[in-house]
Amino acid sequence: MYSAADFLPLGEQRDVHGISRPSLSYLQDAWRRLKANRRALASLYLVLGLLFFTIAGPWLWRVDPAVQDLDQISQRPGVDRAALIVPDYQSWDGAGETGPLHVVGDATSQSVRLKWDALPGAFGHRIYRNIFPVGPELAYGMPLAEFFDNAITHHEDRLDLRPGRYYYSVVALGEDGVIGGNYQSLTVDVQRVTTLAEAVDRGLIADQDQLEVGDSIELQLHPLGTDYLGRDMLARLMAGARVSLFIGIVAPALFVLFGVVFGATAGFIGGRVDQFMMRFADFVVALPFLLFMILFKIAFGIGPGESGVMPMLVAMVVLLWPATARLVRGQILQLREQAYVQASQLLGARTNYLVLRHMLPNTFGVVLVTLTFEIPKAIFVEAFLSFIGMGVAPPTPSWGSMSNEGIATMLTTPHELIFPALLISMTVLAFNLLGDGLRDALDARMRNSG
Amino acid sequence: MRQGMAWYVCKRLIQGVVTVWFIATATFFAMHNVPGDPLLNDRAMTPAIRANLEARYGLDQPLFNQYLIYLGNLARGDFGISFTQENRQVNDIIREHFPVSATLGILAVLFAAAGGVLWGALTALYRNRMPDYIIMFLVILGISVPSFVVAALSQLGLVTLNNLAGRSLLPVAGWGSVFHMLTPALVLGLSTMAYLTRLMRSSMLEIIDSDFVRTARSKGVPPALIFSRHQLRNAILPVVTVLGPQIAVITTGGFVVELVFAIPGLGRFFVEAVQQLDYTVIMGTTVFYGAFLVLMVIVVDLLYGFIDPRVRLQ
Amino acid sequence: MNDRASRANFSELRQLGLYALYVVSGLVAAVWLLGIAANSTGSTVTGGAIDADGKAITIALRTEPPQLDYSRATDSSSFTVLFHNMEGLLTYDDNMALIPGVAERYEIREDGATFWLREDARWSNGEPVTAHDFVFAWRRVQDPATASAYAFIMYPVKNAEAINRGDLPREALGVRAVSDHILEVEFEQPTPYFDKLVAFVTFYPINEAFFESTDGRFGADADMLLYNGPYRMTEWVHSASMRWERNPDYWGDHKGFIDTINVGYITQDVNSRLNLFKDGQIADTQLVPQMLGEAMERRWQIDRSMDGTVFFLQLNFREGRLTANRNFRKALLLAQDPVEFVYKALKEPSYMPAVSLFPFWIRGVDSYFRQEHPPMPHEYNVAKAREHLEAARQELGLEEFPPIHLLADDSPIGAVSSEYYQAVYARNLGLELRIDKQIFKQRLAKMDAGDFDIVVSGWGPDYDDALTFGDLFSSWNLNNRGRYSSPEMDALVRIAQSELDPVARMEAFGKIQDLVHDDVVIVPMYERGWSYVVDPRLKGFKRRAVGPEVDYTYAWIDEQATD
Repeated sequence: MYSAADFLPLGEQRDVHGISRPSLSYLQDAWRRLKANRRALASLYLVLGLLFFTIAGPWLWRVDPAVQDLDQISQRPGVDRAALIVPDYQSWDGAGETGPLHVVGDATSQSVRLKWDALPGAFGHRIYRNIFPVGPELAYGMPLAEFFDNAITHHEDRLDLRPGRYYYSVVALGEDGVIGGNYQSLTVDVQRVTTLAEAVDRGLIADQDQLEVGDSIELQLHPLGTDYLGRDMLARLMAGARVSLFIGIVAPALFVLFGVVFGATAGFIGGRVDQFMMRFADFVVALPFLLFMILFKIAFGIGPGESGVMPMLVAMVVLLWPATARLVRGQILQLREQAYVQASQLLGARTNYLVLRHMLPNTFGVVLVTLTFEIPKAIFVEAFLSFIGMGVAPPTPSWGSMSNEGIATMLTTPHELIFPALLISMTVLAFNLLGDGLRDALDARMRNSG
Repeated sequence: MRQGMAWYVCKRLIQGVVTVWFIATATFFAMHNVPGDPLLNDRAMTPAIRANLEARYGLDQPLFNQYLIYLGNLARGDFGISFTQENRQVNDIIREHFPVSATLGILAVLFAAAGGVLWGALTALYRNRMPDYIIMFLVILGISVPSFVVAALSQLGLVTLNNLAGRSLLPVAGWGSVFHMLTPALVLGLSTMAYLTRLMRSSMLEIIDSDFVRTARSKGVPPALIFSRHQLRNAILPVVTVLGPQIAVITTGGFVVELVFAIPGLGRFFVEAVQQLDYTVIMGTTVFYGAFLVLMVIVVDLLYGFIDPRVRLQ
Repeated sequence: MNDRASRANFSELRQLGLYALYVVSGLVAAVWLLGIAANSTGSTVTGGAIDADGKAITIALRTEPPQLDYSRATDSSSFTVLFHNMEGLLTYDDNMALIPGVAERYEIREDGATFWLREDARWSNGEPVTAHDFVFAWRRVQDPATASAYAFIMYPVKNAEAINRGDLPREALGVRAVSDHILEVEFEQPTPYFDKLVAFVTFYPINEAFFESTDGRFGADADMLLYNGPYRMTEWVHSASMRWERNPDYWGDHKGFIDTINVGYITQDVNSRLNLFKDGQIADTQLVPQMLGEAMERRWQIDRSMDGTVFFLQLNFREGRLTANRNFRKALLLAQDPVEFVYKALKEPSYMPAVSLFPFWIRGVDSYFRQEHPPMPHEYNVAKAREHLEAARQELGLEEFPPIHLLADDSPIGAVSSEYYQAVYARNLGLELRIDKQIFKQRLAKMDAGDFDIVVSGWGPDYDDALTFGDLFSSWNLNNRGRYSSPEMDALVRIAQSELDPVARMEAFGKIQDLVHDDVVIVPMYERGWSYVVDPRLKGFKRRAVGPEVDYTYAWIDEQATD
């Protein structure tokens, strides 16, 4: 006997055809193969990490990249930051007891006050500071000041004083103003100090009453050290990342996009229009790139307060689109002859549909690979322009301009070069490896080779 | 066939001339659009002095007339007088300094090609073993470190080397002898060398797995012969293909190396001219380089026709 | 994957080695050929920094002289080359004092001057240097067709300006050759400092016959010049090298102790020059602050000198500019400390924090000008600066100050300066400075057009007289790019230009110095200097504040000194 329930329609049965594995779209398949490529995956994570560093970094490390900590200039990472609080700086007129070369008051990183009695037979004096004791070769160090006048026998040294030991010398000048071998030397230990006003200024304490002269205080922390104006390297690298990666990613994105539109239009319309458009692209390709990059950069000009990123971006877009355009045009020309496109056309598909649904998605792979390879090139172009002094305008930092500044101090404070150069290298490498991986993953010929 | 060839070359040359005209025009108008004034100097000029200078350089004419004069001169191969080096013809400047850039560029290409092929072959032989890893690590450095950092570091390295040796083994800067050229050329060719090494390595590996190599091996051909006859020869083809465009890039891209190593090449001249807004030198150099590139492309295309029969003209 | 293929085989390696050998020998051949080709385009310098046997030294120049046509030369590199190879009526000794050159003696009157030329002064082709050569050269400078940018420096000579404007023929110039060896100059107005002017390159003589033979290429190459200085240039490979050899025809023996000076390298890159020095290839080099640590480590004897140039923030006085307000300018002056800027931001021991328009080395009547007329000391007082700023705000009727336009050049120091002052004024006055970094010629164009509020600029001396700085802010001086204009200043400059009594003249400069400070025409930054190092075997080398940047004419090689 049948019950009413037996006459209810059956529920949809799922595994009718029995596909045992999930079907994979083009992108899913590519992603699967990319995941299998360890190197490409690592570089993908590296790229994501760099983006995180750029975008989220400034939220986590809230130090203003423009603030100049003049107590800690060109500071290496991880040095002692303890400082003694001293009264505000008062100018000095050379008062103090007489005698051979000696220090008046305390030797601090604020100032070292030197006073001496005129050397016998001197027509004047020159004051030197050294980081080594004066040896037999009479290398006194760096000359700080010169007085061709025996009436002046004091000097206040405030030149970039760092905690540590200095060797001061005062050397007699002869009648012709040339230094002789007659000198006095003095060893001085300099202590790191700061003042209450500066401590408040830099936000170390809320107000001056919290501490008093003679107390000790920790100066600001700079995890990656500081640059030549005492600016925090970490904060500057993050700010620089915004410029370098912006140029590195947005410029290629724009010119690749323009190239796609241009190439697709030319390829699809074909005929005389195609000929004309491609001839124009040939012209642009023939422009010597770096020369025109420089030329355009100055032709667009930078106004006051502008960073100069935009002119660089525009110049790159104007000069670099034709490669993509040619590539996409070639692809479109091929695709136009494909049977499925013709079938779609017969079925009455409109131009928009054909281009957007069938053609462009099929060029996606090559375009993506091109884009990934163009990014490192764009980053290098920015660095190159900074090197020849045509980069972003101060105070905007970029990795390129920071490396260029770092080269000058390569031997004394290598961290100013190493960090930005390392970031450039890492980014360039990551995008190159990612590009390799993408190319392999998107290559249809290798689709089944897993 | 011969006539077709001549017609093809002719057509390419005409296209080249039109392209050079386009470059010249683009340069001219970009240049005259640059804010600033090439005549200005540290010491301000009286209107009288200024008028004299403008007349000297034809800047008192309307812009379009200047353009026509410029094109006319260009057609006669005359780039005019430099604004900063007031007594020198731009033609002389190019004639004196381009050979320097070209010499450096050629040597860099030679280094890059030779190094790329040899290292590439070596890494393929030692695939996934220590020499491979070491060379590929160097390749990565060559690809990812900005050229000015490499140049500065290598110069520093030379100084250290000479100081250790106690005498000057290799000059650290300057131009004039073979030894002056070695380091700059190596630095200039470094990124291309790295690129070619990678290319050579992958094309070698592809061929090792190919059918004809397998066939040869099963026939009992000695490995050394397989290596030289089949692998190396076939793997070099793609390297030769990319070399053409690289030559153009390298011969015109020596700015950094020329600046760091104090080499009197045209690239350095261009950078200085831009900083001084030296109209005639900028325009002359750009048009010259543009023409040179166009010519190189034509020559390379023709050569491919000879090297690889698969490439058909047009 | 074939396992066999992944193992390197000995025979394959040997094959590769063989190919490598071919390639390397091919490369050596190519390099050798290219080396031959390169010989003609580069320097032929050998022998290192000091060649004691050949009495030769090798040096580096910062930039290629754009040209050596001294009627038109404007840059310090040309001045350096010309100073060694040419000589004017008067020249400088090793202590920067004026000494006779081609002129044995001279006399300056109210209405003109007379120069008596020595008879043994010769051109390098053997012809004597005569008064006619000076007349020809000076007329050429003023000729509109020459388009000399430095023509203005000769305007004290009668009719010069009118000729340069094209109103009078060049023959009307107030200079004539009374005889071959007497040169007579007429002044437009009294010019007591004329003797200092004639040491400048624009006043150098030109041999007319030789000039005509160069066919418009005068000064373009080594053989396109005649020399009358202690050296003569025998080789000039553009942008690469030069050779100066001692001039056997030079009349004196007080200069030129080295036989050959090779300019082996021309490069702007200080690191490159330092590396050349470390490598023993050049005799001296400049040290920038970052290099001092290494220089001390290497136990070098570091030297210093003043460069002569004073750097300052020039303020814009054009109508409608904030900087036209005196209280505002006062605030800018008080809120910054050049001492901190020089010692902390620039870290350059040879620079001096500036307090005045006049550098310290300018001479007065008997001693230094600034000892006779001490400038007001700088006062760094943020509280007072804020008061002035508030006063300015009320005078201008502003709610808030708009952003200030700070124009700067594209040099590394220009960047540091603008970044430092931007931060200082933001911190101390709450002002927003917008940095406008421009390449040289674009910055000049903006300065001329008045498109700035503050511009980082400097002024270097043309001649050794206070007037080279003193007339800068007269209302008619075109270099006064902020268009400062005051009748008081103009009156003072007129006195300074033509007063014959030196005491009264220096008095006027003293008042100019005070007025510049009082009216805050500029915010002084620093007096530039050089830290440098010289090969210990080279003695008597000078760096100068006026004239050539470097001077080897008094230098000699000390063979006893060790390397």
